[in-house]
Amino acid sequence: MRLAWGGLAGFAAALLFLALCVFSLSGDWASFFSRTAAVKMGEFVQGFARPAVDAVFLQKLAYATLETLAISWLGTLIACVGGLLVALPASGRWGRVARGLARMLLNMLRAIPELVWAVMAVIAVGLGPFAGTLALAVHTTGVLGRLFAESLENAPPEPHASLRRHGIGAVASFWYATFPQVLPQLMSYSMYRWEINVRAAAILGVVGAGGLGQMLHFHLSLFQTSEAASVLIAMIVLVSLVDALSNLLRARLTS
Amino acid sequence: MHLAGDHKLRDPAWHGRVTAAVVFIALLFPAGYLTEFNPATLWGDASLNALGQFLGSFFPPETAPDFLRLVIEAAWKTVAIATVGNAIAIAIALPAALAATRILSISRIATGRMAALPAVIRTAIRWLLIFLRSIPEIVWAMIFVRAVGLGDTAGVMAIGITYGGMLGKVYIEILESADNQAATVLLQNGAGRLQAFWYAALPVSLPELTSYTIYRWECAIRASVVMGFVGAGGLGQQMELSMKMLAGAEVLTMLLMFVALVWIADLVSALLRKVLS
Repeated sequence: MRLAWGGLAGFAAALLFLALCVFSLSGDWASFFSRTAAVKMGEFVQGFARPAVDAVFLQKLAYATLETLAISWLGTLIACVGGLLVALPASGRWGRVARGLARMLLNMLRAIPELVWAVMAVIAVGLGPFAGTLALAVHTTGVLGRLFAESLENAPPEPHASLRRHGIGAVASFWYATFPQVLPQLMSYSMYRWEINVRAAAILGVVGAGGLGQMLHFHLSLFQTSEAASVLIAMIVLVSLVDALSNLLRARLTS
Repeated sequence: MHLAGDHKLRDPAWHGRVTAAVVFIALLFPAGYLTEFNPATLWGDASLNALGQFLGSFFPPETAPDFLRLVIEAAWKTVAIATVGNAIAIAIALPAALAATRILSISRIATGRMAALPAVIRTAIRWLLIFLRSIPEIVWAMIFVRAVGLGDTAGVMAIGITYGGMLGKVYIEILESADNQAATVLLQNGAGRLQAFWYAALPVSLPELTSYTIYRWECAIRASVVMGFVGAGGLGQQMELSMKMLAGAEVLTMLLMFVALVWIADLVSALLRKVLS
């Protein structure tokens, strides 16, 4: 019974917090459910009901889809290399100071969302897919670096120690003892992250970082809803395909 | 060990590695071309200047009282957008899960198979939930911003719709993976679906349902910052403005605020979930 009262109190507190939140928003609900909004949403729905399919547009769409795929792939790949490089000190093999500093760097890279990195990358290298690739690479380095560091820390140290005792160099010992041990886990983390990055690459473009997002932003801004609908469909198809592919690959790798 | 003739000690994995490397590098070139990959632009004169000036203006962070008040207000707005959005998501997900979960099927009990009409309805609801969550929240936000204008409401609705789809799916999974004997017994003895849900299915799964909802609230805070970049209110919208004006000091303050916000949400969420379990 005491638990029930506690639950009830928690529920009441949550409701109170919600009321506070509703109250502090600008509360533009009237305009959200107004006639003009309804008419505009109607226009959107109409446009979405007949996606654009002319050949020239589809060609552009296909290119943007490939571009999105390339951004996600290259961004993840760079992040794998970068993540592994930072994971080496972050797993504590070069002392505690290096470990702390590397972890701090990883935390910083990870804490800032891809989209914010993308805005900065656009400032640095201009509009286009290169900015998106950089943004994904930087953020994902933070994510993968931490996961890699944990894998490295959790890997059994005996094979490495044994090679070292037999007089084999540190690099070779790492490469032939520790690395093969953690490789499957590293691969599965990277694959999982690639899947997420395809989604991210598809939307990064809304700040001008290339791919499908940039196209969507462009057509939505001009209220060309038919074109926007086609871009959205391409996004959904791309993400579903990558999901399926990734599931297949994962099943292969883990079996 | 004696090695005959010109046999040398070889790495047995050598062939596989070479093949993998060749495929990798072959794929690298089209990807580089498509992404207009050119690190030189990063070190180019123009961009180094722009980026250098921007990054240089980061320090020290802006701390004028007026600006700090603006940032704190924006951060609270972000929390409010996430919370109200999540509430709408629950309002979508709970009825949907209630209608779509198999454990509350009565026809299933007698025959072991669901009758045709309920099966169709349940599948249709699942498809609807998939549709809601398959479009990213930032895209919903862009659409709403264009339909109803800049502001919090677009962000709230975008979170509500996408997260409604996600919560609905997970609610169904949680309800169906729990031990549902009690609900089945109630239904067998003539209880209504709502009674079976309220007195059997819900109590069994409530901690897990609540805990996942809180986790999603935490995600919503992160998402609502990002959505601000397309004009959906909160901290992100302010950050976008400052970035457009290349006001680095303001950007740094807001980034710090964002990190603090996510950190606090993380703590609160972890604490609440600990209390629950």
